[in-house]
Amino acid sequence: MKLKENIVTVLEIQNLKKSFGENHVLNGFNLRLFEGENLVVMGKSGSGKSVMIKCLVGLMQADSGSIRIRNQDITVLGQTELDLLRTEIGFLFQGSALYDSMTVRENLEFPLRRHKKKLRMTGHTEALVIEALENVGLVDAIDLMPAELSGGMQRRIALARALILKPKIILYDEPTTGLDPITAKEIIELMRSIQAKYGTSSLIITHDVDCARVISNRIILLVDGINYAEGTYQELSHSDDPETMAFFKH
Amino acid sequence: MSFLLENTTSIFDNKPEVDYVMMQSLRIVARTKAFFIEIGDLSYFSRRFFREVFTKPFEFQELLRQCYHMGNRSLLLVGVTGFILGLVFTLQSRPTLMEFGAESWMPSMVGISIVREIGPVITALICAGRIGSGIGAELGSMRVTEQIDAMEVSGTNPFKYLVVTRIVATTLMLPILIVFGDAIALFGSAIVENLKGAVSYRLYFNQVFDAIEYSDIVPATIKSFFFGYAIGLVGCYKGYYCKKGTAGVGEASNSAVVYTSMLLFIIDFVAVFLADIFFEI
Repeated sequence: MKLKENIVTVLEIQNLKKSFGENHVLNGFNLRLFEGENLVVMGKSGSGKSVMIKCLVGLMQADSGSIRIRNQDITVLGQTELDLLRTEIGFLFQGSALYDSMTVRENLEFPLRRHKKKLRMTGHTEALVIEALENVGLVDAIDLMPAELSGGMQRRIALARALILKPKIILYDEPTTGLDPITAKEIIELMRSIQAKYGTSSLIITHDVDCARVISNRIILLVDGINYAEGTYQELSHSDDPETMAFFKH
Repeated sequence: MSFLLENTTSIFDNKPEVDYVMMQSLRIVARTKAFFIEIGDLSYFSRRFFREVFTKPFEFQELLRQCYHMGNRSLLLVGVTGFILGLVFTLQSRPTLMEFGAESWMPSMVGISIVREIGPVITALICAGRIGSGIGAELGSMRVTEQIDAMEVSGTNPFKYLVVTRIVATTLMLPILIVFGDAIALFGSAIVENLKGAVSYRLYFNQVFDAIEYSDIVPATIKSFFFGYAIGLVGCYKGYYCKKGTAGVGEASNSAVVYTSMLLFIIDFVAVFLADIFFEI
């Protein structure tokens, strides 16, 4: 996947630091996500990938550093402005995080209820729900409960929910974890097709080397809370550095 | 004094024993500290509830759904318990009153006992088990499976949507459930009186309503709102700040019932104490 020239930055993290007591998880992490780009962040378990992505959407408060999303520093935004900015961001959670007391339809309608103004501009609820489900190929599941769906289907519905507000940026937290290789491949293809259809920018947190290989324009290795290495899949997978090589060895 | 010194010396000579005593003391200090921290957190949670309950947006639809779930689904349990309570209470009190030839006081005694104390407390304890643990487990599992995070990312304030609606629902529904439970308990008592004492239902309820005064109803009604608030508050607090993992969900559910039950008795004690001052019961 080659990235276009003259691109703009949609998301920028500068010198992000986050500690839990004596445990310094992020020690000055930096990142820039360009428009239309698929950026993969790889790192070992406990390296702070999920903490970083949660700081990005305001689920966690960073100790210091700045996070700018579409030219707005989220660390200084009020709740209303942050909620409005969140409509520009889709988030796919590691465990899908579907509301298990609601049907698939209600799950997809849920993000729409708070953003009626935006909804008026883009269409009606039913049409948006159907469109999102068509994108993931699960229109028939509209009235099912999450418990009636397989793991792969749940991940697809979660992706449809992340897409419903037509976000400009999608954050994927371990999108293929816990799925069999075939379903994982389907999810990766789905992510590519969504990126191609809507031109979204994606930040993908993953352990999955195959996922990184297929989908990434660029990869950042997060080690000890900092950017250890950065480059394309080709560059990093052929690196001589032992730490970098460890990520790409099968 | 010398005896004390001798004993003190012997204790300090025995190092493992001293270590054990020290460990136990430190454990007690840590538990006491944790208890007060929990009280502080609960107070902060309660303050946040009052700050958010009066601010927009209001989640009326979710509030109605919660009222339906908590009220309607608890009716059978509260009804059956109330019926058995009235039945057993009357059956067991009858022989004692008969000994004094005071069986004609039965409707008044049962009515006042149930309306003032037994009805509200028993119904609240049942609801602490039925509703409080349910809220703790539901919010706990939502926290563990990141559903609460997903709600926040989608631009909905999860505290408002999940916590405020549930606390308001329990506060509103518990007085209704208590009135329902009281009515069923009195009906159970009336059946026993009708069968054993040949007292007509009309006479029974006339005597009950003659005996009950505003000073019985008003404090009981006021405290039932507080009971409902306590059940919702503790259940939501335990679930909302549930620790990660399935064990955390179980702990949230279990501790919600334990803490609520304790809190209910404290509220009841304070309510009776205040009622005694203001209504001279």
